[in-house]
Amino acid sequence: MGPLFPQGLISEPLNLLIAFIIGIGFGIGLEAAGFTNTRKLAGVFYGYDFVVLKVFFTAAMTAAIGLFLMDAYGLIDIKLTFYPHTYWIPTAIAGVIMGLGFLIGGFCPGTSVCAATTGKIDAMMFVVGVFIGIFFYAFTYEPLFETLRGTGKMGQVDIAEWIGISDGLFIFIVTVIAVASFVIVDKIQKKVNSKGKIKDIEELGL
Amino acid sequence: MSDRKNKYMNPYLAGFIIGLMLIAAYYFSGEGLGGSGAFKKVVIASVDAVAHDYAKDAAYFAPAVNRGESPLNSFLIFEILGVIAGAILSAAYFGRLSFKLGKGPNITNKTRLVAAVFGGILWGIGSQLGRGCTSGLVMSGMAVNSLSGYVGLIAIFGGGYLFAWFLRKLWL
Repeated sequence: MGPLFPQGLISEPLNLLIAFIIGIGFGIGLEAAGFTNTRKLAGVFYGYDFVVLKVFFTAAMTAAIGLFLMDAYGLIDIKLTFYPHTYWIPTAIAGVIMGLGFLIGGFCPGTSVCAATTGKIDAMMFVVGVFIGIFFYAFTYEPLFETLRGTGKMGQVDIAEWIGISDGLFIFIVTVIAVASFVIVDKIQKKVNSKGKIKDIEELGL
Repeated sequence: MSDRKNKYMNPYLAGFIIGLMLIAAYYFSGEGLGGSGAFKKVVIASVDAVAHDYAKDAAYFAPAVNRGESPLNSFLIFEILGVIAGAILSAAYFGRLSFKLGKGPNITNKTRLVAAVFGGILWGIGSQLGRGCTSGLVMSGMAVNSLSGYVGLIAIFGGGYLFAWFLRKLWL
């Protein structure tokens, strides 16, 4: 039963090899979807290209449904994974910082790695920025961030339990919302692009 | 064949592939997929290499440094190496493997590059304070119904839409 590595069922070298192979799939998915093109990423905020929303929701819900079923059939025990701890205050603040970073920088860390290593010069500068940001955070951690980072501590919280419904129902609701949003954003995208105001739209390969 | 440059995979297929990788990551390694985690480990390893005496007592570095094992010897680093290999393979297939500067159509190259650095800095700080980025915090969090993933989702995308109007000159 999974997860295999945390229970010592596979060796560390094998775990790292698997990590590399999983990464290849992740990298192909990101690049092939167009996530090295900063305009395609920013499009989600302006309505001319919703590829981010489609890929992101599909990935998250595929995994959520798959892991839910595997957990139900006893193939994996989710509680044995590195299940995220919720600290809602720093996560909410940091999320807004990252949202602003997205609009200014046009990437997130994962997509910037793909873009920088496939030749996008703007992404290389973004990567430099991420390193500067982490160095700044690391060297000012004790005076500026240490206290804040520990606030809003809630433990390993499952959102469905927190709301008071079952995991299955929660995943079903989010999946319905995701599918509905796919239909709606297609309509918005068509409308925005029909005005002919988006320059060099052929670059986006819509 | 000659022009696949502006061709992209169906977004639902790409999302499905990434979703399967995420399931595999949890099944084999008990971890989600990360982006900023690898950056963090590189920073920790480099500071530890240059100034071990500082790192072993500093609150940010100490937990990773004092574990006695290189922070580079980890799932997140090998996963990102794979991501790089996968991105290069895909870009080569589509004929996109060339130097290029991506930007909104109405700004200068200089504006774009300066903005990219600033945006990166915000992600560097945000990903550390928020315990992950779009991959490790939000997508991987949503995969296991974690509350933190949804807090991150609302804050990152909500924050983005909040600022989008003010920054439209960068993109439209």
